[in-house]
Amino acid sequence: MLKGLQAFRSSAVTAGRCAANSLESVQRTQEERLQGLLLAGLGGDSGAYHLFLTDLTTFLRGFLRRRLASLPEEVEDLLQELLLAIHNQRHTYRSDQPLTAWVRAIARYKLIDLLRRRARTTLLHDPIEDDDPLCVAADAEAAEASYDLAKLLCELPERQRLPIQYVKIDGDSVADVARRTGMSESAVKVGIHRGLKALAAKIQCMA
Amino acid sequence: MKTEDLVTMLATGLEAVDSKHAPIRQMGALGAAGACSVAFVALALGVNPRLAAAVIAPDFWLREAFCASLALLGFALALRLARPGMALGILPAGMTLIVLGMWIVASASLGSLAPEARSRAVFGATAAVCPWLIAVTAAPLLLALLWMLRGLAPTRLRLSGAIAGFAAGAMGAFAYTLHCPELAPAFVAVWYVLGMLIPAAAGALLAPRLLRW
Repeated sequence: MLKGLQAFRSSAVTAGRCAANSLESVQRTQEERLQGLLLAGLGGDSGAYHLFLTDLTTFLRGFLRRRLASLPEEVEDLLQELLLAIHNQRHTYRSDQPLTAWVRAIARYKLIDLLRRRARTTLLHDPIEDDDPLCVAADAEAAEASYDLAKLLCELPERQRLPIQYVKIDGDSVADVARRTGMSESAVKVGIHRGLKALAAKIQCMA
Repeated sequence: MKTEDLVTMLATGLEAVDSKHAPIRQMGALGAAGACSVAFVALALGVNPRLAAAVIAPDFWLREAFCASLALLGFALALRLARPGMALGILPAGMTLIVLGMWIVASASLGSLAPEARSRAVFGATAAVCPWLIAVTAAPLLLALLWMLRGLAPTRLRLSGAIAGFAAGAMGAFAYTLHCPELAPAFVAVWYVLGMLIPAAAGALLAPRLLRW
């Protein structure tokens, strides 16, 4: 009987180890998959980058929900701010570095930045209502932020707004937009780049 | 705008990005700042007239190696801090060891001196101005480094600013050795380190404002 118990124990331990190993390997394959998508995105592959951001959105929404449990109304705002930040800072990712570490560091930085901003504006004294669990949406569900990026976009100067509108929203090519607006192609690209950074700064100021 | 629309917008019309050489764009600014610092030392302070004679002294090379190694490691550390989630590796320990090593060499050299010669070795003739002149020499380098970090994404702002300042201080000190007549390890161990700490403090103060993103 003792032997049977030992055998059971050791098999339970092995099973536990296997489960841990397979969880680890799932995380590793997920990390590798996401990294592959991001690297393809850095190379200019729109489709891969879209997949990367979509998966990241689900991951980050969960990450923020857990950490902003008392401020659920902030989750989607911060999520959009984070996605914009990750996009604007994507050139700081190095392929020899774990992607999870990079994403987490950015998420943590933006989270702390938000909490500091709230502390400064004393919004922390807002009454915090009890969460109704039925109202908590699934992490993958599309949601809206309290601010409207489309409206913020209108506040940008034309040399940034038009390139973003035509290239990033309407999906026209840079060359087309350059021809249509009379801007040079590099001016269109710079306009997009600076405009997205300006949008991120506007969101940061509002919260 | 829904989050999924934002994702679509960000992925649409995507341009390729060169992430390997991201900081290289600002290397020109750092080079220009270095030229300013050297010009300040050479023209405003003047090159040490006994430089040619000093070059054969081992203490001269100890001083140069001290400043140069701290500048290199500090620069590498600042760049690591500027990339989110990047491991810092052995760089902080390396910099600490270099400073500690200098202090050990300095105490040993003081121990070998006659007691009445010790204060002369520590204070030299220029202790009162040395840290400030190093800080002034480092100022353009600090601005260039902070600008470089602004193009990346540091997540620990104060620490990044402090390390950038310390690296700028070490680079400034390296340039300042063109002028500085002091070679004693004890002098370098105290006043040079103080001179590097002034821009480090300035960097730590400026960073939360300048580096926020």
